[in-house]
Amino acid sequence: MHDIVNAAANFINLDAINIVYLFLVGFVGGLVSGFIGSGGAFVLTPGMMSLGVPGLVAVASNMCHKFPKALVGAIKRAKYGQVDVKLGLIMGISAEAGVLYGAHIQENIKKAFGDAGSNLYVSAAFVVILAIVGGFVLRDALKTYRSGNTHEEEKVTKLARWVQSINIPRTMVYFKSLNARVSVLFTIPLGFATGMLAATIAVGGFIGVPSMIYVLGAPSLMASATELVIAFVMGLGGSFKYAMSGLVDIRLAMIILAGSLFGIQLGAIGTTYVKPYMIKLVMGLIMVIVLFSRALMVPVYMSQLGLMQPLAEETVKVLKSTSFAIMILALLIGAFIVLKAMWQGIRVERKMAKEVLKHSEV
Amino acid sequence: MAQSSKRKPIGKMIITGIVSIALYAALLLNQDIINSYFGKGGAYAFLPIITAFIFSFFHGSFTSIFWTVLGVEAKKKKEVK
Repeated sequence: MHDIVNAAANFINLDAINIVYLFLVGFVGGLVSGFIGSGGAFVLTPGMMSLGVPGLVAVASNMCHKFPKALVGAIKRAKYGQVDVKLGLIMGISAEAGVLYGAHIQENIKKAFGDAGSNLYVSAAFVVILAIVGGFVLRDALKTYRSGNTHEEEKVTKLARWVQSINIPRTMVYFKSLNARVSVLFTIPLGFATGMLAATIAVGGFIGVPSMIYVLGAPSLMASATELVIAFVMGLGGSFKYAMSGLVDIRLAMIILAGSLFGIQLGAIGTTYVKPYMIKLVMGLIMVIVLFSRALMVPVYMSQLGLMQPLAEETVKVLKSTSFAIMILALLIGAFIVLKAMWQGIRVERKMAKEVLKHSEV
Repeated sequence: MAQSSKRKPIGKMIITGIVSIALYAALLLNQDIINSYFGKGGAYAFLPIITAFIFSFFHGSFTSIFWTVLGVEAKKKKEVK
């Protein structure tokens, strides 16, 4: 691997340090995605931009690494019986429509209010959605943890029970993850919202996964695994759209993929060792931390738009770098919890295997 | 089943690893040509998509086997629900 890195360094502005940096960010992003079904993208796009990659190319290249990564992750988790392909495909197709609509809104905002306006819209969406959904998911995870019933099977929410009880003829589909028939009239708007969020903040899963858990009634493990199918469908369509305009930098996409495939395998393996509430915990925690990161940027964009007094250049710089650091921190904390849980799980399993062996020898 | 999981697929790891490295070497050593075609847009959009599938197939298999060889595997017994 070192030879490749060195050889590449002689050719272009993608030097060895950049390659290692992208590989590592890809790895951590992949690890988290493999576990909670999405995430990582919100660090990768600004991460690439910090290397001087233009915004649209960063978004396009990120997407082009996302769909093969999601595919590999989905296949891996399908082996553990966690994927509901039908639900993933149905939500994925409606998410695709959401992506197109979300991108359209973005374009209009950019036309009307310029870059700062579109940035403010993205940050506001981040803050509002992550505060509501992230806060809810985190609270639910902590409640389970405090109650001490972490071994218990997850309860289907009242809302999900209601959704499952509604019968709209000709729209009912059986989903194995829900073990129930649900009208696609419920799944389509959820998929659409997932896509819209993906087009806006690059991580659709922050709506996709909680909606599958709380609105449809899927178990956390299956929801996070099925999100990978949605991400694949969405990412494939999105990448193609960007590639048609020649915006995908395949080198960036594949270097990130190199790291993220190592990560996603590990994240997927991790899910087999943890209790379901851990998925919610990691997801909620990342969402809430990222929320603070984006909130820091709101004053910057507001001052650019003239909605408040201009900030000093120094202040903007500090806010920008703090915001990015917090984002990386969110991802690292997520990765740390996943690795720790997996490490503990593997140790317990090995211990038990040894004891079984001892007993059988006796 | 128990016996086969004990035997580590080192041969497979080496083969997929070599293919993976070769793919990355080809990509990084021919960046200029590749970028000029892949960036053309239009029908050329199929190029990055196909590339992504090829890379994910080989590198995906490699990374999967890599962790297996290192002994990091999924939990064997499912928890009783």
